[in-house]
Amino acid sequence: MKWGVIRFPGSLDDGDALYAISEVMGQDATMLWHKEESLQGAKCLFLPGGFSYGDYLRTGAIARFSPIMKSVASFAADGGLVIGTCNGFQILCEAHLLPGALTRNRSLSFICERVHVRVENANTVFTRAAREGQVLCLPIKHGEGCYVAPEDELRQMEERGQVILRYVDAEGRGSEAANPNGSMRAIAGVANERFNVFGLMPHPEHAVEKMLGGDDARVFFQSIVESAQ
Amino acid sequence: MSGRPVALPGEPEIDLAEARAHGLTDAEFVRIVKILGRRPTFTELGVVSVAWSEHCSYKSSRKHLKMLPARSELVVQGPGENAGAIDVGDGWAAVFKIESHNHPSYVEPHQGAATGVGGILRDIFTMGARPIASMDSLKFGSFDHPRTRYLLGGVVGGIGGYGNCVGVPTVAGEVMFDAAYNGNILVNAFCLGLVRKGEMLSARAKGLGNSVMYVGSATGRDGIHGASLLASAEFDEAREAKRPTVQVGDPFTEKLLIEACLEAGRTGAIVAIQDMGAAGLTSSSSEMASRGEVGIVLDLDKVPLREPGITPYEILLSESQERMLLVAAPGREDELRKIFEKWDLHAVVIGKITDDKRWCATWRDQLVADIPVGALTDDAPVYDRPHAPPKAPPTRVALKRSAPTPRDALRALLDNPNVASKRWVYRQYDSLVLSNTVEGPGTDAAVLRIKHSPRGIALKVDSNPRACEREPYIGTIATVCEAVRNVACVGAHPVGITNCLNYGNPERPEIMWQFVRGVAALRDAALAFGTPVVSGNVSFYNETEGRAIPPTPTIAVLGVLPDVTKRVTQFFKQAGDVIAIVRTSPPSLAASEYETVYGLDGGTLAAIDLVREKALIDALVGSIEQGLIQSAHDVSEGGMLVALAEPCLNPAALVGAEVDLGVHPSDRAALFGEGPSTVVLSVRTDGDLARAEKMFSGRGLEFSVIGRVVDEAKLRVAGVVDEDVCELRTIYEDALPRRLKASD
Repeated sequence: MKWGVIRFPGSLDDGDALYAISEVMGQDATMLWHKEESLQGAKCLFLPGGFSYGDYLRTGAIARFSPIMKSVASFAADGGLVIGTCNGFQILCEAHLLPGALTRNRSLSFICERVHVRVENANTVFTRAAREGQVLCLPIKHGEGCYVAPEDELRQMEERGQVILRYVDAEGRGSEAANPNGSMRAIAGVANERFNVFGLMPHPEHAVEKMLGGDDARVFFQSIVESAQ
Repeated sequence: MSGRPVALPGEPEIDLAEARAHGLTDAEFVRIVKILGRRPTFTELGVVSVAWSEHCSYKSSRKHLKMLPARSELVVQGPGENAGAIDVGDGWAAVFKIESHNHPSYVEPHQGAATGVGGILRDIFTMGARPIASMDSLKFGSFDHPRTRYLLGGVVGGIGGYGNCVGVPTVAGEVMFDAAYNGNILVNAFCLGLVRKGEMLSARAKGLGNSVMYVGSATGRDGIHGASLLASAEFDEAREAKRPTVQVGDPFTEKLLIEACLEAGRTGAIVAIQDMGAAGLTSSSSEMASRGEVGIVLDLDKVPLREPGITPYEILLSESQERMLLVAAPGREDELRKIFEKWDLHAVVIGKITDDKRWCATWRDQLVADIPVGALTDDAPVYDRPHAPPKAPPTRVALKRSAPTPRDALRALLDNPNVASKRWVYRQYDSLVLSNTVEGPGTDAAVLRIKHSPRGIALKVDSNPRACEREPYIGTIATVCEAVRNVACVGAHPVGITNCLNYGNPERPEIMWQFVRGVAALRDAALAFGTPVVSGNVSFYNETEGRAIPPTPTIAVLGVLPDVTKRVTQFFKQAGDVIAIVRTSPPSLAASEYETVYGLDGGTLAAIDLVREKALIDALVGSIEQGLIQSAHDVSEGGMLVALAEPCLNPAALVGAEVDLGVHPSDRAALFGEGPSTVVLSVRTDGDLARAEKMFSGRGLEFSVIGRVVDEAKLRVAGVVDEDVCELRTIYEDALPRRLKASD
């Protein structure tokens, strides 16, 4: 299965995502430039972290208008797999491919550290290699990762199983202290209603090698690869 | 075009008073009149004043910096380009440098620190290297000083705001608080990049008729006279009014500039390139012309401007950020322009290379400046300023306080902002981007892997102003030793140094003496360790209302690990391991944190035996490389008890230590002295122990077994302390957040 990593101006983890997918996970992956419209036959799109357009207006607010985003929207509408991390998650929310929005961290500071998340729904193409309730240690690094959505919508998302990841402590318990950015319902990752678009604030591309601090995020890549088989 | 440049309408008459207002001395004004054979125009006076500023010309330091060793078989590029470079193996060169942004960061902490990061990044990618790691050395005033929290928040926010957005990880650093910096903080920013050997770009302009291209952001009125009036003069009560001399950073544009410049560099169409840093267009164009021994003519009408009405004087002196100047290979201008336009950046031909060794600028078809290139660079004034030790050496007033118990002192030191965890600072920095960070902030030295290679590099930046204030020569030796030792503690061979020399006003003989002694020490230590000084920066005039900062040479060391999987950290690993210490000389309280906290006189600094220091480094690196060592930690701020507590704070395992130092609890030097060179090691009890001991004893160093790692989270030092590690961790981690919360 071919992967496409989309590079916006100001993308920062684009090279890391390409490295993780191709060199660590051994998948066929290519970089896609935001000014192009072709997806070059990619079957899974990865929108990486960074500060697209400097995030000077609102995170992801300008990148969603890049030419390639039209192709991403129709690709998703056709059921294609899309995963967005950090700024990629923010762009997918701005583009209304995912519900909700990301706002300033409760602390108002940028936070870079390893946190724990619990897999809330292991019955998706992105998480099928994980166990429900499995606790993963993943890095976050963002200033605007506080997930918000209207209460009604949150309730419906929970009912449909769209909340994929939640911040917890190392033992898997939810607590105020374990929620690093003040996200509503400690939400760290969500899917759309069709479960083919997935956004998360933690950085899976930075958690695939033990030497760099841990490889818990391999389950996401394995899940997608298994789904394609 | 050459000839007599015109004065523009409305420009002031040029005389001594105008020259003084530009920061030139009377003798310097006479000198430029003599070189030109006439009075300079207003535009030329502006250009000369920045080129001859201390910040750009190194006129007080140049003579002394020549003494620094800059050669080794690994040096790819020594001083003379925008940064130095060292061969780190497998075809890679590491390009690195550290630079100050002190005064701007005091006047406008967020933008001052941000543009400090931006400037040092450009020095690295202008060499064709991709920046892969940043570090920062920060000095603030006392925590109780009313301005400190504002400055700390602004500087850390500025470094994070720029570094995080530009996608270069901040992997290590140091932060110190001391009342001596109340009126003049220090912000020293380091960057390192990697480039394939042989693909490095140069800043040497060549090729008669070659086009000079301007790329990056448009020019505005920000930062005019940043180099001359802000960086090259003392602070006074009017410092707030200097805020307009601080530049404003745009990390998003810098990110585009990095990608575009590296892409353009790979085409081979760039003959020479340099960033527009201090003194902007003036220094980049004159320095490139000087290195290539050519002339240059700039058409200022072509320079992209942010607003109409900017004068030639302002265009030439603007320090607007995120701009580069390059010389294109003949006929390849369009190819380069297309690359920059792909990244939405300006790329305009604004001039050409000439053969008359003159630096000329035209505006609206008139010549507005015509100066020999040499006058702006190599022939700028050089001073051999008088230097003499102070008439009375600094004395310490011992306060009459009762000695604390070792337990209280240990707890107080762990809670001291200079010793405590700096997590509050570094968690605001992205330390992971680019996927190379093997060991990030919070250990003795950062470790990065080199992709597609077994090798790794280690980085650390250190300074020791208290020791340098006590005795500038020994203090500087101690600083180099500490930085080298930190790199060796992770198992890396130290291979190169970059330095940022922060001092007061060099026109005062006692300050110049501190500087000269510091440079001599840096030379001697660099020679002893075989670590050439490949790049650096001098920051003078760090004083406010006549009070200078303590001499603060900041030393950053690059280390190389042939096998990055062999690196160790400071943390104890498993119960049963033996804890040992190795030291080069007896401990001393002189210039220690304990001495400052408890107000006593720790005595004079003892001389440092560099032969023994080198032996310690060799033994450390050798034993770690052979896999004999489980953990290694340098005894620094806080002394021995702190250095035994820190390895217990392993984030990945619950461990403790049982130790017998064989000293009386009143032996404060043994418990809290930071005297030169002690390392705490843990070693497995099998064959490793005997082999490790031999590595050290074979080099004449005493290897003393003092205890064991235990699986109970306790720090027990026989007859001295019995502490719960979790409690110590809480004190250590909460010290900064607790104080900063109190200020909300």
